[in-house]
Amino acid sequence: MNPSAPCSPSCGCAASAPARPALDLAAVRAKLAAAAGGGKKYWRSLEAVAETPEFHEWLHREYPRGASEWPEGQSRRDFLKLMAASFALAGVTACTRQPQEKILPYVKQPEQLIQGIPLQYATAMTIGGYATGLLVESHEGRPTKIEGNPDHPMSLGAANVFHQASILELYDPERTRTVLRAGEVSSWDEFMADLVNALAEQRPKQGAGLRILTETVTSPTLAAQLDALLKKYPQAKWHQYEPWNRDNFGQTTFDDGRTVADYDFGKARVIVSLDSDFLFGHPASLAYARQFAQGRSVVIEASNPLQPTMSRLYVAEPTPSITGTMADRRLVCRASEITELTRWLRERLDTVQETAPEQWRGWLTGAVLDLAQNQGAGIVIAGEGQTQQVHAMAHQLNTVFGNVGHTVYYRGSSEANSVRQTASLKELVDDANAGRVDLLVQIGGNAGYNAPADLDFSGAQGKVKHNVHLGLAYNETAQRCQWHLPLAHYLESWNDACAFDGTASVMQPLIMPLYEGRTAHELLDMLVLEQSPRGAYDIVRGQWQATHPGEGIEKAWRKVIHDGLAASAVPPTVAAAEPEWVKVSVEPPSADTLELVFKPDYTVWDGRFCNNGWLQDTPKPITKLTWDNAALLSPRLAEKLGVANEDVVELTFKGRSVHAPVWIQPGQAENSVTLHLGYGRTAAGSVGSGQGVNAYALRTSDAMGFGVGLEIKKVPGVKWELACAQNHHSTEGRDIYRVGTLEEYRKKPSLEPANTETPGRDDTLYPPDHTYPGHAWGMAIDLNTCIGCNACMVACQSENNIPIVGKGEVIKGREMHWIRVDGYYEGENLDNPAMYHQPVPCMHCENAPCEVVCPVAATLHSPEGLNEQVYNRCIGTRYCSNNCPYKVRRFNFVQYADNEHLTIKMQRNPDVTVRSRGVMEKCTFCVQRINEAKITAEKENRSVRDGEIKTACQQTCPTEAIVFGDINDPESRVSRLKKQERNFGMFADLNTRPRTTYLARITNPSV
Amino acid sequence: MAQIFRKSSNGFARAVIVGVPLALAALVGVLYAVEWSPWATREWIPISQPVPFSHKHHVGQLGIDCRYCHVGVEKSAYAGIPPTETCMTCHSQLYTDQAMLEPVRKSLTENKPIVWNKVHDLPDFVYFNHSIHVNKGIGCNACHGNVAEMQLTWQNQTLYMAWCLQCHRHPEKYIADRKDNFNPERVALKDEGKLDQARQLVKDYHVQSSGVLTDCYTCHR
Repeated sequence: MNPSAPCSPSCGCAASAPARPALDLAAVRAKLAAAAGGGKKYWRSLEAVAETPEFHEWLHREYPRGASEWPEGQSRRDFLKLMAASFALAGVTACTRQPQEKILPYVKQPEQLIQGIPLQYATAMTIGGYATGLLVESHEGRPTKIEGNPDHPMSLGAANVFHQASILELYDPERTRTVLRAGEVSSWDEFMADLVNALAEQRPKQGAGLRILTETVTSPTLAAQLDALLKKYPQAKWHQYEPWNRDNFGQTTFDDGRTVADYDFGKARVIVSLDSDFLFGHPASLAYARQFAQGRSVVIEASNPLQPTMSRLYVAEPTPSITGTMADRRLVCRASEITELTRWLRERLDTVQETAPEQWRGWLTGAVLDLAQNQGAGIVIAGEGQTQQVHAMAHQLNTVFGNVGHTVYYRGSSEANSVRQTASLKELVDDANAGRVDLLVQIGGNAGYNAPADLDFSGAQGKVKHNVHLGLAYNETAQRCQWHLPLAHYLESWNDACAFDGTASVMQPLIMPLYEGRTAHELLDMLVLEQSPRGAYDIVRGQWQATHPGEGIEKAWRKVIHDGLAASAVPPTVAAAEPEWVKVSVEPPSADTLELVFKPDYTVWDGRFCNNGWLQDTPKPITKLTWDNAALLSPRLAEKLGVANEDVVELTFKGRSVHAPVWIQPGQAENSVTLHLGYGRTAAGSVGSGQGVNAYALRTSDAMGFGVGLEIKKVPGVKWELACAQNHHSTEGRDIYRVGTLEEYRKKPSLEPANTETPGRDDTLYPPDHTYPGHAWGMAIDLNTCIGCNACMVACQSENNIPIVGKGEVIKGREMHWIRVDGYYEGENLDNPAMYHQPVPCMHCENAPCEVVCPVAATLHSPEGLNEQVYNRCIGTRYCSNNCPYKVRRFNFVQYADNEHLTIKMQRNPDVTVRSRGVMEKCTFCVQRINEAKITAEKENRSVRDGEIKTACQQTCPTEAIVFGDINDPESRVSRLKKQERNFGMFADLNTRPRTTYLARITNPSV
Repeated sequence: MAQIFRKSSNGFARAVIVGVPLALAALVGVLYAVEWSPWATREWIPISQPVPFSHKHHVGQLGIDCRYCHVGVEKSAYAGIPPTETCMTCHSQLYTDQAMLEPVRKSLTENKPIVWNKVHDLPDFVYFNHSIHVNKGIGCNACHGNVAEMQLTWQNQTLYMAWCLQCHRHPEKYIADRKDNFNPERVALKDEGKLDQARQLVKDYHVQSSGVLTDCYTCHR
C-alpha cells in the first residue's frame, strides 16, 4: 500500500516552488468587490482571485514547472544516450517469447461459481459501531469491489468513501499478521496460556481487576458475550470509547439515553442544521443524503404549475462542512455561540427582528418564520460536536414546531449499551491510575492515540499489569501492550451488527483470514470459556438461534445472510410530552477569544483510515487538501496574524501545544480555528504515519467538539508544504458552473448566463463524421443534488484499478483520479461565499479535441460515442491531455501501479487493464460494465435495459446525482434529464459537444 | 596525391548499392518469417501437460461434449478448466490404477489443484469473451480447430489481432448454425458454399456491425 511514488515532501524533488509572496487578502477582497455585479462570478481559490503567478502557471502550463520536463542536470546528450539504450533494450525484449503461463482449476468447484462470473455477497460494515449494508463483489473467492446494498435502509444502494476504501484496508500489507508479544512473534496458544493465568488471578476477586474497552457495540452477539463475561466476573467492567462519539445526543433531559432521534429529510420543507454535518458524519448519512436529495428536487404541483417548490436548508456552523455547502442560507457562527443562537430560534418573530444580534438577525428571521410556517414539516438538528444544551433545545424546537411524528421520530437506540463514552473512558483511566486494573482487554480502537489529552490514557495503561489489544494494525495503542492480537477484517469475519435504525445484519466473510486474524467474538469466547474458542460462525449462529427460536431456523438464517439484513428495524416511538424549555445560562464567550473546533476528517475519519492510500490521495471536499490536515483559519484571522497558507503556527490550548500548517479557508468563522482529527499518527504504517497534525494532542475531555481559549502564534521561518489539489486541472472559460435561485429558475428554467454561445454542430474545422446508429452513451450529473462527498472518486478508483500516487506527486499535479470533484466559491464575500461542487469525469465529447491530436491513434471515437483510450497503442506524447479543455486525462509519469505487493494485486478488478508507466488513461464510462451488460443482453436476445448499466460513480452516489444511459433512447432516465431546461454542457461554446452534461443547481434562499 | 579509391571500388560500390537494400529486405523477410512462424505464434505445437490429457480420446473416440468439462463456455468469458472432481467422475471407476492418472488422484487426495500449462494465452490487455462468440454461432472449432484429432492439445491459430479482425470484419465467413457449435467437425457455412445463408444468419443472430466489432473497446479496455 506504499504510495508508489518515491517522493516525500522533504526529498526536495517536488516542483521547486519559488518562495511564495504572502497573499494580499485585502487585494483579494477588493477584486471580488470590484467584480460584483454583472452576473455570477465563480472562483476557485484565493490564489485564483489574486491571480498569483503560481495560479497562472497551473492554468496555462497544465503541470507546474519541473513536473513534466526532464529533470535538471541532464543534458540533451544524456537524453540521446539513454534513448538509444532504451531503443536497443526495447528491441531485445521483443525477442523473448511470452512465458508459459499456468492454469490452476479448482479441485472441487464451489456451488454456483462459474469461472469468470463474479458473485456478490451481502455483508455489512460498521463505522462508529453502526452498520451499513453492503454488497461485495467476489472474483473466484477474491473480494474486489464494494457496493451499497439496495435493500438495506441505511445504504439504499449507496456507499461512502470509507466503505469503498475498506477493500484496500483488507489487503493492506501492513496489517498485523501474527500474534505479537511485546512486539515479538508469538502465537494464539501462547496467548491463551497467558490469559488463563491472568484470569485465574481475577476469579477470586470476581473480576475486580478486569476491564474490557471496546468501541461502540451494536452487535447482539458481542453484547451477549460481554453479558456472559460480566456475569462470570460481576466486578469486572465494560467500557466503550469512540473519539467522535454521540455522547451529547441521547443524553438529554428528553429521554433516558436509550432513545435516539431519527429524521425524514425527504418530507421536510425546512431544515435547520446547528453545526450538524448530517449529510456525511451521521450514522444514517447515506439515507439522509438520499432523502435530502429527494426534498431538493424541484416539485411542480399540478395545482400550481408556475410555483415549483423544494426544501430549504439553513445551516449555522463555524467551519464549512459539505452540509454547509448545500445550504440555502449559511450562517458563519462560532461553535461556542451556537447555544445562544439556538435560544433565539424559540423567540417570537418580532423579538428576533428587533433584538437579535445584528449579524444573526437575517438568518434567524428566515429560520424562525419558515419553521413556524411549516409546522410538522421542519427539522432542527444539532451536530455531534455541539453541547447537550443545543441538543436538548433542538429536540424541544422540533416538539414546539410540531415536527415530532412527522419529520422527526424517536426510537430505541441500536447500541447494545449506550453510555457516555468520554466519561466511561475517564472512569477506566481513573481505575487504572488507582491500581484497580490488572487485566485490560481492548477490542479494536486506538485509545492510546485518540483519547482526550487530559486523560493521559497511555500513562494509565502503563500501570496495568496485563494489557491485551485486538486490532487490525500494530498501532500506537498496540505498541504499548504486552499482547497484540491480529483482528480479522470485517470481510474475513462472521459478525453481526445493527444499523442506526435498528436493522440487524449478519456480516458474512468474503474470504478466509489472510493472516492469523480472529474476531472479537472468538476473543470473548476465550475470555469466557478459557479455552480455544469456537469458530465465529458457530458463535454468531448460536446467538441467532437462541434469539430466534422456532421451526425453519435454517431457512430464516439463510435468508438473513442472503439479504444482508433481518427485516426488523426498531419501530419509531413518538415522544408525547412537550419538554420544558431549558433556560440557557451559558455566558457566550467574548467574540475576541479564539476557539478551537474539532471535526472528524472527510478522508481519514477519526484516524482509523490513515493508512489507506486511496483516502489519503482523495482531496478533502472543502479544502481540497490531501495527505494532511491543517489549522483552518478565516481570512480575517490570517490577516490579523499576518500568516499565509503553508506558514506554521503554534496552537496552544489548555496548556498543550502543537505546530500546524495554516490553511486559509473562506467561510470559516472569524475567531475560530478548525483542526480535523485523525492525523499526526506515529504508528499508522508507511502511508499514514507522520502525515499532518495530531489534533488529539489538544483535545480534552471537556472540549470534545470545541473549546474556547486557544492561543495562536506564528512560527517564523518555517513552511509546511501542503498538497492541495484545488488549483489543479484549472480551466479557463465561461459557463463552467450554473446556479440560480428558485425564483430565477421559475423565470428562466435554463439559468443560462447572458453571454452563452451555442455553436452549431458543424461549426468546426473537423466536421464530425460520426454517426451513432446503435447506443449512444451519455451521462447527466445533477449539480442540485451533488453534495461533494467524494464517494464517486473512491468508487472509481476501486473499480478501475487507479493507482495511489503519494503526496509529492499530488504537489506536482499528478493525481490519477478519473473523476474529480471541483469546488467553486461564488460571491464577493470572502468570509461566507457560496460553495459548489462539480464532479468532472471525461466528457466523452462528440467533437473530441484529444482525438485529433494523437499521433498514433491511441485515442479514438467509438460508434457508441465513447472516447476511447487504447493503452497498448499509447506512446505517451501527452498531446491529448494538452489539448483537453476539461483536463480529465491522467498520465502515468512513473510506475504508479503497485505490482510488488501480492495482496494489493488481489484487490484489482480483473476486467480492467492495470496501466504501467508512460501511458495515458482516463474515464471510460466503465466500459467493462457496458460490455458486460451488452453481452448479457445479446445472449438473451434483447436490448440493454435502461438502468442496467451503472457506472461505478453512479452506483455509489448517495444522492443519485449521476445518471448514465443511452441517449438514443428517448425514454431513458438520462435522456429525460438531458431534456430538462437546466441541462448544460461545460464549455459548450467550444463545440466539443460533451456527452457528460450537468443540470444546473437551484438554491432556495428565503425571500 | 594518389587516388584513394582504386577502380575496382566502383564495382564494390555498385554491389553495396544493390546488396544493402537486398540484405535489408532479406532481414525484414526473415523477421517476418520468424514473427509468423510457429515458434513465435505457438501454432501447431502440442503443449506438454502434467497429465497427458487427450482430447482425441475423450472427444473423438468417446464423444464427450465440450460443455461436460468447459461449463462456462456459454455463460462466461472463460470456458473454464474442469475441477479435479470432474475428472474423477469417471476416473474413480475407470483406469483407477493407471500411473498416468496419478496427478489427478493426488490432486483430489491432497486437495491441491493440478497445474496445467496454458495453451491459448492472449495478451493481458485483450478481453475475450467465450460466451458471446458461441452465442453468435462461432463454434469452438472456429478458433480451436478440430480437437478431436489432438492427442495433446495445441493452439490452432496465431491468435494475432490480424487474425481476430478477419472475423470481426467479415463474420459471415466464419459463422455456422449454433447447433453445430460443439461439433468438432463443424464447417462454416461459407466453406459449404452457402454464403447467402451465412449472411442471413449474421442478421438472424443480431451480430453487431463490423464498425462495432472492430471498435477498440470491444476487446481492449
